[in-house]
Amino acid sequence: MSIEVRNVTKTFGSFTALRDVSLHVDTGELVALLGPSGSGKTTLLRILAGLEVPDCGSIFFYGEDAATRRVQDRRVGFVFQHYALFRHMTVFENVAFGLRVMPRRVRPSRREIRARVQRLLELVQLEWLADRYPAQLSGGQRQRVALARALAVEPKVLLLDEPFGALDAKVRQELRQWLRRLHNEIHVTGVLVTHDQEEALEVADRVVVMNAGRIEQTGTPEEVFHRPANEFVLNFLGRVNVFHGRAEGSKAFFGTLAMDYPDGPATGSLELRGFVRPHDLDLDTVSGDDTLLEGTIVRVHAAAPQVKIEVLSTAGETIHVEMSQERYRAAGWRRGQRVYVRPREIRVFANDRHGGGAVCTVPR
Amino acid sequence: MSDAVAPASLPTVARPALVEPAAVRGVLIAVALAFMGLFLVCPLVVVFAQALERGVGAYWAALRDPDARAAIRLTLLTAAIVVPLNAVFGLAAAWAIAKFEFRGKSLLLTLIDLPFAISPVIAGLIYVLLFGRRGWWGPWLDAHGIRIIFAVPGIVLATLFVTCPLVARELIPLMQAQGREEEEAAAVLGARGWQTFFRVTLPNIRWGLVNGLILCNARAMGEFGAVSVVSGHIRGLTNTMTLHVEVLYNEYNFVGAFAVASLLALLSLVTLAVKSLVEWKAGGPHDHRRMRPVAAGTSRARWAGAHEP
Repeated sequence: MSIEVRNVTKTFGSFTALRDVSLHVDTGELVALLGPSGSGKTTLLRILAGLEVPDCGSIFFYGEDAATRRVQDRRVGFVFQHYALFRHMTVFENVAFGLRVMPRRVRPSRREIRARVQRLLELVQLEWLADRYPAQLSGGQRQRVALARALAVEPKVLLLDEPFGALDAKVRQELRQWLRRLHNEIHVTGVLVTHDQEEALEVADRVVVMNAGRIEQTGTPEEVFHRPANEFVLNFLGRVNVFHGRAEGSKAFFGTLAMDYPDGPATGSLELRGFVRPHDLDLDTVSGDDTLLEGTIVRVHAAAPQVKIEVLSTAGETIHVEMSQERYRAAGWRRGQRVYVRPREIRVFANDRHGGGAVCTVPR
Repeated sequence: MSDAVAPASLPTVARPALVEPAAVRGVLIAVALAFMGLFLVCPLVVVFAQALERGVGAYWAALRDPDARAAIRLTLLTAAIVVPLNAVFGLAAAWAIAKFEFRGKSLLLTLIDLPFAISPVIAGLIYVLLFGRRGWWGPWLDAHGIRIIFAVPGIVLATLFVTCPLVARELIPLMQAQGREEEEAAAVLGARGWQTFFRVTLPNIRWGLVNGLILCNARAMGEFGAVSVVSGHIRGLTNTMTLHVEVLYNEYNFVGAFAVASLLALLSLVTLAVKSLVEWKAGGPHDHRRMRPVAAGTSRARWAGAHEP
């Protein structure tokens, strides 16, 4: 089931939740809507479900205008952020609900409903909890019941609102992988809302980065991570250091570092902001041509797969550097040490928001 | 507590910060109990003592008096009309206020609370001014032979007015706390409006609703002021139990008055008992099953019974 969102705008009072958003989701794809809170991602999801009506624009399911269909007839599965399980029903009854409320002529027999619910509970590995009430389950279990309930009506589209938002880190990790496997098994078209970039990048086939009611970038996890379209995407998908520099002619200067910059101004100079991810920075004990700045190590955090080092520059800025355990041990960095920071690459965006990015690679 | 014995340097076994000394607790409890005894238990005892002053025979005779029986019937009839109507109104109002955003919502809330703010006597007078013989619509009603004031419809109307906030007020906070998510989930799963209402909304608020109805019933049967104004005190016709008590009392028929009053007192006791039972069942603000995992076992048995061939 493909989904087509065309020029959708939605306001709540004076707040604009979505501004002219267009999006295409292919059949069988799992797409993540990623953005900070208030970026409109949940509103978009609720519009897809039919729980909100867009002010203008339209939604097409398989080429058919969804506006003609009510929520009840859209055949979407929706997993709510706080699960919204029916608290007065057992797990079994929760999952069976969608089948029991079907019109009589299409409703499966009681025996068949029972078999289907049983199968779904096996799928989410909760068959032993069929007689419990939601209040008696852990967060992760409730999450899976919510998923089983949504899948019971065999939806063509599965919509998940912050599905792992309220769970602790370890359970999140497990459920994430489990959701990915499940998606590969049942191959339903899926849209997932999250504010957790790691989750989006790990689970989704495609990531839609949203901000302030607009889509900033759409692409595979690799594309948005390695080729962010603008500052916002770069910032949102992980920690980044910002350096100030200037462009003159076809050269860009950051500190003593000079690089080729073809988009530079013909005359005069232009202020530039350069972005470097922590893992694209190196440390050195001596300065060289490619030194960006000088500083002192103020903090070393080595109890992680990647060692995180904080450097306080002579200008008083804090720079975050990340490196592998091997390189850290080989160099033996420690607090208080004088170091020279060297970037492997610097990403520069032209000043307007959607200006696209240029990558300046440091000559070695 | 041995506070004086422990040397200052040792960490004393201090009592928890929020527990008062035994003497303070004792005094507070005694004051509360004395108050309750004086104002609640004593009157209750007096009612029954007076009612049974001349023995059980006289008590029964007073209750079997035709006028007393007519009063009891009228009170039951009024409650039987008012309680279901209030259930419908309370549900509709609470649903609208808790689940939807619309203009004039706070006005509606204020209007629902209005009967609490107005003296019942004024409430009764409003109806006299509207429907009474010299009221706004009096002549028209008179011409069509419809009697509202000094008749049963007036009593029902006045009781409705006085009791109308009770169910809604009970349900609004409950429904607001539960939010709309479960109903949205039901809609996405294909449930129509009525299915959602009967399968999701109603079961979630059932204890609140029962509680509201109990309160509404108690008030409907016990109302005096508003009903007194519109009833006209026609013996055997428009006297409710409370009015009948007053009439008997003014005639120095203490046994009769207290016998009917004892029925009302019994009603209050039953109401209290049912209310406590409901609150215990509901297990506080949540569904009772949260507290009692045992229920799972019984429902499994039900399942097995229903589905085994």
